[in-house]
Amino acid sequence: MNISDPLTASSPGPRDNCPPFDIDTIRSQFPILQRRIHGHPLAYLDNAATSQKPRAVIDAIQKYYLQHNANVHRGVYQLSEEATHDYEASRDKVQRFINARERAEIIFVRGTTEAINLVAHSFAKPRLNPGDEILISTLEHHSNIVPWQIICQQTGAQLRVIPISDAGEIDTTAVDTLLKPNCRLLSLTHVSNTLGTINPIQQMIRQAHQHGIPVLIDGAQAVPHLQIDVQTLDADFYAFSGHKVYGPTGIGVLYGKREILEQMQPYQGGGDMISEVTFEQTEYNELPYRFEAGTPNIAGAIGLGCALDYLDAIGLQQISRHEQSLLDYATQALSAIRGLRLIGTARNKAGILSFVMDAAHAHDVSTVLDQAGVAIRAGHHCTMPLMARLGVAATARASLALYNNRTDIDALAAGLQEVKRMFK
Amino acid sequence: MNQELRELYQEVIIDHGRHPRNFKVLEDHTHCQKGYNPLCGDRLQLYLRVRPGPQPVIEEASFDGEGCAISMASASLLTESLKGKTPEEAKTLFQQFHQLLTGGGDNTQTDLGKLQVLTGVRAFPTRIKCATLAWHALLGALDQGENKPDNWVSTE
Ligand SMILES: Cc1ncc(COP(=O)(O)O)c(C=O)c1O
Repeated sequence: MNISDPLTASSPGPRDNCPPFDIDTIRSQFPILQRRIHGHPLAYLDNAATSQKPRAVIDAIQKYYLQHNANVHRGVYQLSEEATHDYEASRDKVQRFINARERAEIIFVRGTTEAINLVAHSFAKPRLNPGDEILISTLEHHSNIVPWQIICQQTGAQLRVIPISDAGEIDTTAVDTLLKPNCRLLSLTHVSNTLGTINPIQQMIRQAHQHGIPVLIDGAQAVPHLQIDVQTLDADFYAFSGHKVYGPTGIGVLYGKREILEQMQPYQGGGDMISEVTFEQTEYNELPYRFEAGTPNIAGAIGLGCALDYLDAIGLQQISRHEQSLLDYATQALSAIRGLRLIGTARNKAGILSFVMDAAHAHDVSTVLDQAGVAIRAGHHCTMPLMARLGVAATARASLALYNNRTDIDALAAGLQEVKRMFK
Repeated sequence: MNQELRELYQEVIIDHGRHPRNFKVLEDHTHCQKGYNPLCGDRLQLYLRVRPGPQPVIEEASFDGEGCAISMASASLLTESLKGKTPEEAKTLFQQFHQLLTGGGDNTQTDLGKLQVLTGVRAFPTRIKCATLAWHALLGALDQGENKPDNWVSTE
């Protein structure tokens, strides 16, 4: 892929020599930030739901359809070779980005949800017997709860839940007692999408491995903000979504250790995942294709590869630093508003601020903010069991991305003052 | 504050949202219906006491639950306007109210009195479900006949 923007040059792995972080340059690379909403500049603070896309990603997708569109892995002609090349080059980019040992460990899926369902059906289900357990935490998104409930129902296994503190931190002392011999898998979010809590996953993976229990990490909210190294983490599976990491929707990644993937049955059957089919039997293709049945989201994978190049060129460390500093600024700004209570006060947090207000319900807060051009999320954030644990029906949630600045936070704070005036 | 917001959050709505009327469990209810908006998690329970007989009449209406100002105010105003109506009249009111919010074309709409304050919701399509939550519960309650409290009606 040949993209003219100097920030998107492909690079082998994380770089130390990134250009200085310049927020105005970065903002200018996201066309949607030019939009005005109800007459105000857009302050997009719903990045945990989905992130905006840099022009490089939009261009890469368009370029694929304008110049290279063909099906992958089949045609013996130039276009198909180009499409296959770009699609597979994205797999290499993902491999480098999360530091997987080999490209065969990178499976393209629709998103985190599909990745978790794949592991549930192809890895966990055949290994589960009545009385076995799957361990998750209170912080999980519905997509890391419901797939387990489904296979528990089918196998007679039980779902167990690690408790959290009022601040929204995992109770690590409870973990050891929950990692019992009949526990077959720990499936845990890296970063909470509702509270921003960064879980100590490296330590927890080590704990689980001491008991011989494999671990799936839901990295949907971590990959956009933290440098991920699946080998250092020693995660058995790691899942994330393209659209939350400045790539397109409909594409995501399941990383799995080769030795585990090799023992797994296919998730779906169809074209591309086979090496030989007769009506009597089928021989499955090698990794990773065994898990990629059917024509994949080619443009999506290419867009995702481009997004990862974009992040690499800026540098995850610089991004983390920027977002942490903005999180501090936002935490102070919101804490200064009387009648506002922050929900989720873990010591180690990513840029997510959930809150409730005495003056108004989260839904009303969101409507008023929208009229000021400030986009936040209100509701249960697909974490209803977590909301029940915290004793709130809904929160308002502002979530940060690399292109947010203090002006966005000031617009949020001003909007919240307006809420207080209206609902006093 | 812009004009649309002012029309949405009129004083009556903020007042009813904050101090909903008939906000209680109706112990001697004849009908009870839970309503749920899965989009935002708003939940409420609507209670009716209908005097039976050849001419049934809604004698009492109440609700409890949790939700935004719009859903609470709408439920509150609904319970106020139900008292003394026959179930058939209540269903007609539902139709008229729905018409009011979705602005279904003709401008020969009935004046719905105090309920008119909810007209501002029209400019906020994402909030119409908040305003109609209690009303869907009303339909559910009337359709179920006698007590069947464990069925939810949903705005989805
Ligand atoms: C922590 C977490 N896990 C999983 C998901 C599901 O991601 P997707 O809808 O992209 O499959 C999300 C997205 O909302 C999330 O925040």
